[in-house]
Amino acid sequence: MATKLGRTIIAEQPFSWKTFFLKWEWLLVILFLGINVMNASLSEYYLSGAGLFNATNSFLEKAFVALPMAYILVLGDIDISVGSTACLSAVMLAYFYNLGVPMGLCIVICLLTGTICGAINGLILTKFTELAPMIVTLGTQILYRGIAEAMLGDEARGGLSNVKWFSNLYWGKVGIIPIMLICFVVCAVVFGFVLHKTFFGRRLYAIGANKLAAEYAGIKVQKIRMIVFTLTGTFAAVTAIFLAARMGSTRADIATGYELEAIAMAVLGGFSTDGGKGKFPGLILAIFIVGMLRYGLGLINIASQFMLVVIGALLIITVMLPNIKSMFKIKKKA
Amino acid sequence: MEKKKFDWKKITGSREMSLVIVLIVLCVFVQIRNSSFLTGETLEDMFRNYAVIFILALGMMCVLLTGGIDISIGSTLAFSGMAAGLVMRDYMIPTPVSFLLSMAIGAGLGLVIGVVITKGKVPPIVCTLGFMNIYRGLTYLIAKSQWVAAYQFTDSFKNFALTKYLGFGIVNNMIAVTIYCYIIFFVVMKWTTVGRRVYAVGSNAEAAAVSGININHVKMGVYTLMGFLCGLGGSLWTSLYKSAQGDMATGIEMDVIAACVVGGVSLTGGRGSVVGVFLGSLTIAIIGKALPLIGVSQFWQSAIKGLIILVAVVLNVLAQRTMDKNNLKRREM
Amino acid sequence: MSEYVLELKGITKIFPGVKALDHVSFQLKPGEIHALMGENGAGKSTFIKVITGVHKAEEGEMYLDGQKVDFKGPRDAQKAGIAAIYQHVTAYPHLTVTENIFMGHEMKKRGVIQWKEMNDLADSYLEELNADFKSTAEMGALSVAQQQMVEIAKAISMKARIIIMDEPTAALTKNESEQLYKITEKLRDGGASVIFISHRFEDMYRLATRVTVFRDSQYIGSYDVNGITNADLIKAMVGREISDMYPKPEVEIGEEVLRVEKLTRMGYFKDVSFSVRKGEILGLTGLVGAGRTETVQTIYGVEHYDSGKMYLNGKEITVKNPSDALRQGIGLLPEDRQHQGLILDWGIGRNITLTEIASLGKNGMTDEKAERAKAKELAERVDTKAVTIFDKASSLSGGNQQKIVVAKILASDLKVIILDEPTKGVDVGAKAEIYEIMGELAKQGYAIIMISSEMPEILGMSDRIVVMCEGRVTGELKRGEAAQEEILKFAMARSPKAAKN
Repeated sequence: MATKLGRTIIAEQPFSWKTFFLKWEWLLVILFLGINVMNASLSEYYLSGAGLFNATNSFLEKAFVALPMAYILVLGDIDISVGSTACLSAVMLAYFYNLGVPMGLCIVICLLTGTICGAINGLILTKFTELAPMIVTLGTQILYRGIAEAMLGDEARGGLSNVKWFSNLYWGKVGIIPIMLICFVVCAVVFGFVLHKTFFGRRLYAIGANKLAAEYAGIKVQKIRMIVFTLTGTFAAVTAIFLAARMGSTRADIATGYELEAIAMAVLGGFSTDGGKGKFPGLILAIFIVGMLRYGLGLINIASQFMLVVIGALLIITVMLPNIKSMFKIKKKA
Repeated sequence: MEKKKFDWKKITGSREMSLVIVLIVLCVFVQIRNSSFLTGETLEDMFRNYAVIFILALGMMCVLLTGGIDISIGSTLAFSGMAAGLVMRDYMIPTPVSFLLSMAIGAGLGLVIGVVITKGKVPPIVCTLGFMNIYRGLTYLIAKSQWVAAYQFTDSFKNFALTKYLGFGIVNNMIAVTIYCYIIFFVVMKWTTVGRRVYAVGSNAEAAAVSGININHVKMGVYTLMGFLCGLGGSLWTSLYKSAQGDMATGIEMDVIAACVVGGVSLTGGRGSVVGVFLGSLTIAIIGKALPLIGVSQFWQSAIKGLIILVAVVLNVLAQRTMDKNNLKRREM
Repeated sequence: MSEYVLELKGITKIFPGVKALDHVSFQLKPGEIHALMGENGAGKSTFIKVITGVHKAEEGEMYLDGQKVDFKGPRDAQKAGIAAIYQHVTAYPHLTVTENIFMGHEMKKRGVIQWKEMNDLADSYLEELNADFKSTAEMGALSVAQQQMVEIAKAISMKARIIIMDEPTAALTKNESEQLYKITEKLRDGGASVIFISHRFEDMYRLATRVTVFRDSQYIGSYDVNGITNADLIKAMVGREISDMYPKPEVEIGEEVLRVEKLTRMGYFKDVSFSVRKGEILGLTGLVGAGRTETVQTIYGVEHYDSGKMYLNGKEITVKNPSDALRQGIGLLPEDRQHQGLILDWGIGRNITLTEIASLGKNGMTDEKAERAKAKELAERVDTKAVTIFDKASSLSGGNQQKIVVAKILASDLKVIILDEPTKGVDVGAKAEIYEIMGELAKQGYAIIMISSEMPEILGMSDRIVVMCEGRVTGELKRGEAAQEEILKFAMARSPKAAKN
């Protein structure tokens, strides 16, 4: 059917330097470079192999759960149970290892635990869509850690460092590059690719932007939510693996606050809690910014408590910034 | 015209009723297993230890009624309690002054949160997540990673949690304060316009705005109030435990929110009552106190608490669905 | 001193892309019940919102008892004694009837709310209105008719002198409507002046002394109810010649494509059966609350049904969600294009390709190039007024937004296309274009179901018309034999059971 008035619509988007650079991500790049410069000036061996290792490994284990957390935020949901999931998964791993189960199988159990925890979240939320993710994951947060506490009491389960290849997951390197960093990069690339280049990712954005419209467009909203929550649980278990590899033992009080850090990283990276927004490069930059910042401040013996203040403030300012802009815009018009 | 049945009133009333029944059953069960449960001493101990949760739940109810949430309460409590504690350590201020100080500080902290949420338009969950970190970090910093230890508090302050002068000699101070708070809140929420406005904002913000209610003021008010109560809680806590530590009250927000949810406060706003909050807090307190008495290891407490929250909210949903279905049945086609 | 209690002159209200009111005038005499009529989109609701202070007009003046007034918000209008009764917007579902009535102006003594006095006063209002519920009932548990009574009680409590009702009988049974008439007359006898918007002539004949007609955002005229006939009124409301507006092509109608049999969903619709054939446009009409949207939502899989069957090309099908529907070849243009049809934050290209994103790419990956080509093709096909496919959907006018939703539907391989109020809120120009598109689609062999509340549209575009009332199919007419009065008769034909209530 030819258009009545012969109107043609342009399908190419001309490249504009202005829109290319006026992005949140560039701000993050600047922050990132700034922090690295600061760190390098604080410690002369920051830029060496050992220095690089220390720097990245100090925060990367938490970053694994930030990857699917970004998906959760894109959907417009939230999950505050990941810390507890990681804890329980790690506890399961150490518990069974101490019962004599071979380490390889323990890792499988660990991943299975995390996946099931995530799946329970997903199941409750998709069968009872009236419930807010906040309250359900609040409940499971308490429940999962509670199970870990019931299992271990206030004891520790150790001996994990006896398995050399397991410890090496955290402590090992390929050349000068830490193994964990390689794992992370691979995961990050996959997550980023799926989010930006597949129709699964497109659907995530649609659900977050307008759940109803997504449903009308034939997107199986609940099925996708189920997948993402389950995936989050699995990756909480991945975090648990690296955490356990680092410490060589587990207790029921590890991994507290991980959900907050993951959310903070994602929000800083440009993902909004309202859903439908955010790009992966931003997330990666944010993860490294937060991590490097923490590391650098640690170098000059700034209290880790001060870091708490900084991350909290960072999170709030990040979210407030666009709103302040619009506040001024309105004032101008009136 | 068909008469609308009014068992809706009975059902919402009966949500509280069914909770009361559950609690009675629970108490009887525990009492049978361990006859020292329902004694004056045990119960006084329970109420005294959980007084802070009872009080904070009132503030959380108001926040939840407006459709918001505040998970920073543990940190706010810690900061106010620590700040007042430090001042007492260094200046030996009298007990009432210490209380006023912590309450003022708490209110200030709450006000900041309220402003960021209303003017900064930051979603409550993100905002209070951030401030949870900020206030906790600040708590450690002002304490310079130390404690305020028992010997650094005034005797009168430490005795506050043990004496009964506010309770006319009958009831412990902590419990008395709790009772006063509940009475005040009950009256205000039900009998003053201030209270009704909180409900209105949560039930239908659009309509509230049209009625001339200033939504931002109401919201800022509830967060400031929450902070105020955290401040009160801070002094109560430090008096009870005779020390001010940087990590005090970590995780308390979960107990408080659980108390509200179990007590029937809706997370989306508009629904909730002081009576319900009381019952919900009582549930949390009984679980905490009773479980060890019947031989359940304290390490199972969290798991049971988490399970109870999940069961409570799911039951809520199922009850609502049945009500809706019944509503539809009445529509004659 | 003015002879009018309310007068408006030259009111113009503009929204982005649409002139909702064009130099409209209006006069309300004291103590009269005045009907406001016109087609959907004629500007009635917007006009009411200007009177109640919700919208501010760009041009024009308003006079209350001869004095010029300038409302800065709804509160000012309330203080001036103007109350509006909509269907649900201003209700607090969790609170009681009393609280809903008195919110914002509670009865207090020294700061303490006097619940007993308020409840009693509320009960007295309810008694006056012959309500069958008490003031302590929870608002959310009441039926629409009962909630409406609460709104009226609210107006009484605020001593409103001008009461405006927007489609008051739309969701009421015959008995409930009768009650409403009595209440309205009582209000007038008590000194209030009433304006009500309605589609129903019987409302007008029963209550009003005068009627004003709006058409296409303009004031057409005010008439004495006694002196005007239905035909005159319809002519005033519709104005243009029907045949010009609706370019319905002659299409050879083929085999039956979709058939639904005795579809039932408790509380929404019962025993709905109809069928639609290849190349046919089936008009599905009725008054608000008839259950049409609910029915098609069920066909499309957004909602479930309790019993009944669906057949596609003779074979029985089940549709559990929109994905199923689309796969089988059923598409839907939803009633609320802004919340259900489009993602306003996205560009129009991304909106168009959303449904078929999987098939446009390969191996799970998205193919930007193929997407853009497809989006361009479809956007041009529906003749969208946009410059690039990257224009945000929110920047388009109502009519163009609707065209984008149509383009989105056309991206899929469909047999049946359901359009729910396709020209609601769309300006005249775009309306004609949408009708063109519909005609083309019929020619191409799609089976089309069109839901509409606009009589001329139904009469002009449908090959067959199915009328629903309160969840049941009450009538079916063919193109030649249909007329407005026939349709209205079916649309108001309440079932014997409901009429008994």
